[in-house]
Amino acid sequence: MTDVSIAAPNPGFEAPGPRDFQLRDVFFGNQLLLTKAALLLVLAAVIVFAFLYLTARKKALVPSKGQYLGEQAYDFVRTGIARDSIGDHDFAKYVPLLVTMFFFILVNNSFGLIPLLQFSPFSIAGFAYGLAGMVWIIYNAIGVQRHGLLGYLKLQCVPSGVPAWILPLLIPLEFMSNFLIRPVTLSLRLFANMFAGHLLLLLFATGGEYLLIHATGPTVLLKTAGVMSFVMGVAVGFLELIVAILQAYVFTLLTAQYISGSLAAEH
Amino acid sequence: MASFIFAAGDEEPNPLVPHLSEIILVLVIFGILFFLIRKFVVPQFEATFAARRDAIEGGIARAEQAQAEAAAALANYQAQLADARGEAGQIREEARAEAQRIVEDLRTQAQTESARIIARGEEQLAVQRSQVVRELRGEIGTLAVELAEKIVDQTLSDDVRVRATVDEFLADLQARDAAAGAGA
Repeated sequence: MTDVSIAAPNPGFEAPGPRDFQLRDVFFGNQLLLTKAALLLVLAAVIVFAFLYLTARKKALVPSKGQYLGEQAYDFVRTGIARDSIGDHDFAKYVPLLVTMFFFILVNNSFGLIPLLQFSPFSIAGFAYGLAGMVWIIYNAIGVQRHGLLGYLKLQCVPSGVPAWILPLLIPLEFMSNFLIRPVTLSLRLFANMFAGHLLLLLFATGGEYLLIHATGPTVLLKTAGVMSFVMGVAVGFLELIVAILQAYVFTLLTAQYISGSLAAEH
Repeated sequence: MASFIFAAGDEEPNPLVPHLSEIILVLVIFGILFFLIRKFVVPQFEATFAARRDAIEGGIARAEQAQAEAAAALANYQAQLADARGEAGQIREEARAEAQRIVEDLRTQAQTESARIIARGEEQLAVQRSQVVRELRGEIGTLAVELAEKIVDQTLSDDVRVRATVDEFLADLQARDAAAGAGA
């Protein structure tokens, strides 16, 4: 393990970094709209709509396998997320939003693990910001519409059943938490998970390739390390599968929770 | 932002800084998908769920209705059965009462008849007895006179004293007879 060629940074290997997320335009040299990530977003939308539409279309009372699968997936969001968070009375209105959100993020995240595609669009911060900003506008608009501007501010910032002397401390905290921090954590959680996952996969894949092919040094040790690197890459791939599903679920669940909080009568 | 667009080589871009185009792009794509799902997917799934719920609840309702009908029929049948039983009991009671009444009637009739027969028999006996007594009373004088004539060898039949003696004898006889009757 004291071998110099491994311990010292090898000048030939360039570790992957944020630069690898700067995608080229498909047709032109500059990075504007037609990047791989943008095309993946469109592909995800097409896949989500095709799956849900084709399974929903038959409307058979006794479903076929495909219809059953679609129904289960739809009902998971409808009942498991929307109804459980928002409650029987109001949830139906927000089912389309939450269903779209869950499956759109899920398919996009899973692109990171599909050969040839191998990139999660939400590892680009701008896309995550877009969705989180939209959620921020939606839940605040719902709250203002339901309670009026002042009523909504009071609902979000003044917790009920708290002694008056602590309010000067709590109101700024609640304001920060509900209006400023929520969209940041919502977007960064999704972005950072996808970003880090993709970076890890890149690292193990490029590192393994480098160790096996390009590195110079004691052959047996390098090849073993290279193989281990690929094995780790596969393991991280499975981990990423869980993360992809979990992040789609968490993002959608939090959106439902925020909407529910805006609809609530009491904080 | 523009400085990151062509970032490459040594300069590491900041991954947290977005492009405005990315935000717009994701919102447009999400929006289109949202409207498609809201218009074409959610109503169809909800319709399927509602139809399925109706089918199940309708089946349950139909089963409940059938059950209620069966229960009503059973209750009806049991009521009829109870009625029939009651009627049969009533008829039996009536028959028994009728039979008893007939037996009573017959008994009364028989008793009346027997009493009547006994009364008539007693009446006839009394008549016959008084007739016998009367006949005997007529003959006994004659017989006694004939007997006495034979004994004393004289004719006393038209003698007034003799008649008085006979009457006295007869009265005495009657008195003895009555005493004997009382004694018996």
